[in-house]
Amino acid sequence: MGMTMTQKILAAHAGLESVTAGQLIRAKLDLVLGNDITTPVAINEFTKNGFSEVFDKDKIAIVLDHFVPNKDIKAAQQSKQCREFACRHCVSHFYDVGKMGIEHALLPEQGVVTAGDCVIGADSHTCTYGALGAFSTGVGSTDMAAGMATGTAWFKVPAAIRFELTGKLPPICSGKDVILTIIGMIGVDGALYKSMEFTGDGVACLSMDDRLCICNMAIEAGAKNGIFPVDDVTRRYMEGRCERPPREFTADPDAAYEKTIEIDLSQIVPTVACPHLPENTHPASELGGIKIDQVVIGSCTNGRMEDMETAYRILKGKKIADGVRCIIIPATMQIYRECVQRGYVTAFIDAGAVVSTPTCGPCLGGYMGILAAGERCVATTNRNFVGRMGHVDSEVYLASPATAAASALTGYITAPKED
Amino acid sequence: MNTQGHVFKYGDNVDTDVIIPARYLNTADANELAKHCMEDIDTSFVGRVKPGDIMVAGWNFGCGSSREHAPLVIKTCGTGCVIAKSFARIFYRNAINIGLPILECQAAAEEIQPGDAVSVNFDTGVITDITTGKTYQAEPFPDFIQNIIQAGGLLASLKEG
Repeated sequence: MGMTMTQKILAAHAGLESVTAGQLIRAKLDLVLGNDITTPVAINEFTKNGFSEVFDKDKIAIVLDHFVPNKDIKAAQQSKQCREFACRHCVSHFYDVGKMGIEHALLPEQGVVTAGDCVIGADSHTCTYGALGAFSTGVGSTDMAAGMATGTAWFKVPAAIRFELTGKLPPICSGKDVILTIIGMIGVDGALYKSMEFTGDGVACLSMDDRLCICNMAIEAGAKNGIFPVDDVTRRYMEGRCERPPREFTADPDAAYEKTIEIDLSQIVPTVACPHLPENTHPASELGGIKIDQVVIGSCTNGRMEDMETAYRILKGKKIADGVRCIIIPATMQIYRECVQRGYVTAFIDAGAVVSTPTCGPCLGGYMGILAAGERCVATTNRNFVGRMGHVDSEVYLASPATAAASALTGYITAPKED
Repeated sequence: MNTQGHVFKYGDNVDTDVIIPARYLNTADANELAKHCMEDIDTSFVGRVKPGDIMVAGWNFGCGSSREHAPLVIKTCGTGCVIAKSFARIFYRNAINIGLPILECQAAAEEIQPGDAVSVNFDTGVITDITTGKTYQAEPFPDFIQNIIQAGGLLASLKEG
């Protein structure tokens, strides 16, 4: 029996010829990641259990992104703890204010992750790097501590669902509409414990930003990881960027998949996930009567350059609707700088939006756009659980940057139109 | 190893944002965090939970964020065990790694009612609803995971190994 792409990467990192679904293995890690929320817990566990050295200072990434620039004293204490740990252990990939970005936009951009890697991160959206053809999955802080100490992690080898992508995505749609459509089809536990392997002719039309967005939300279907094959789009993206040489793995022709789901990309429409689960999806065009108070464009899901380009295309020369707060958050300093240089920031401000430096802030209800009771937000973020962005009686509608920007202009959930 | 207590029952897809809202995650202090356990779906939980009590839920318990604070606050509140139809994978890992007992058992999760007195034997996986007299058999853990639990968590097991 052949192996899936994920299984091949895991076998290679476990030093095994082959692995099968359900097998428990210990794999070597190419990177262990944490942020300002999860790393303090990991540091406490690391220290409490008597570990004094990290396995490899170049294979640990600590990114302060959730509550920075620090929102309050407690958050500042947590960042300080991360900073001191990173300094003590000479962690080479430590990203503080000024060079930080939202971790899952930052690490691919900076070439810290590459094809064929085996990565764990104490953040559920670590599954993002599957877009590069890496095995990458979210874990908790104790796993992060164990990873920092030993350079290894235990895994149950996942079975896989294959998503056979065909056709070409309409220009008004993006990766967000694809992954929301898929989650709507299979549900929030539709891929529980499994890999989501994306294949097919349709892959070629998806940009790196689309793929990063799609893999980012694999966790929202319960998946262990999402993964794309390595093709010319990936190779061009990685060239001159990645620290480690990429390793290309391909699924065996006779790999076992629990099922194959065909997705015709040409049939995708702008899609919105209504409260309070990402599976509660509807075409944006059917939700026209829903009035909104806030729009957030950003996050590890949709704060990349293409997302900013889309927002610019729709917002330039227009005005945000009265009564709507529009918050735009480029995900990394490089993207932020590019937005300044290209005049996007001026256009956003002229439209009546605010532009923040990178932060996860509003996505998880931390700060920088908290909702009051009864308020509604269209957000390009990844979760719309009860109370996710603020008051328990507030509502989050998940959408693409195009839908979010179009909605900001009307004050109602609005399907974006072709130019 | 056993636990016995009364049942708090919740539905499907209980996410880590309601178990411990992110607005409180500016601290890693478990006792401080535990004051807010479940508050976005059950404001009375923290006031009513007693040591050994049992949380029973539906599918995909603990979905969402990787925050280990979620199983940690459930444990710190004194909850003896979580029984669900299924667990989200990161929550499942985290619970094992920090030593919060969890059991997958569809029938028990379906039939046990809020407030029932329930006992759980972790060695055998037998769940007994004392109120109704019914017993259920949970899925046993693989040996590998049993070893982590018996060592007292992942890091302790690494030191032993």
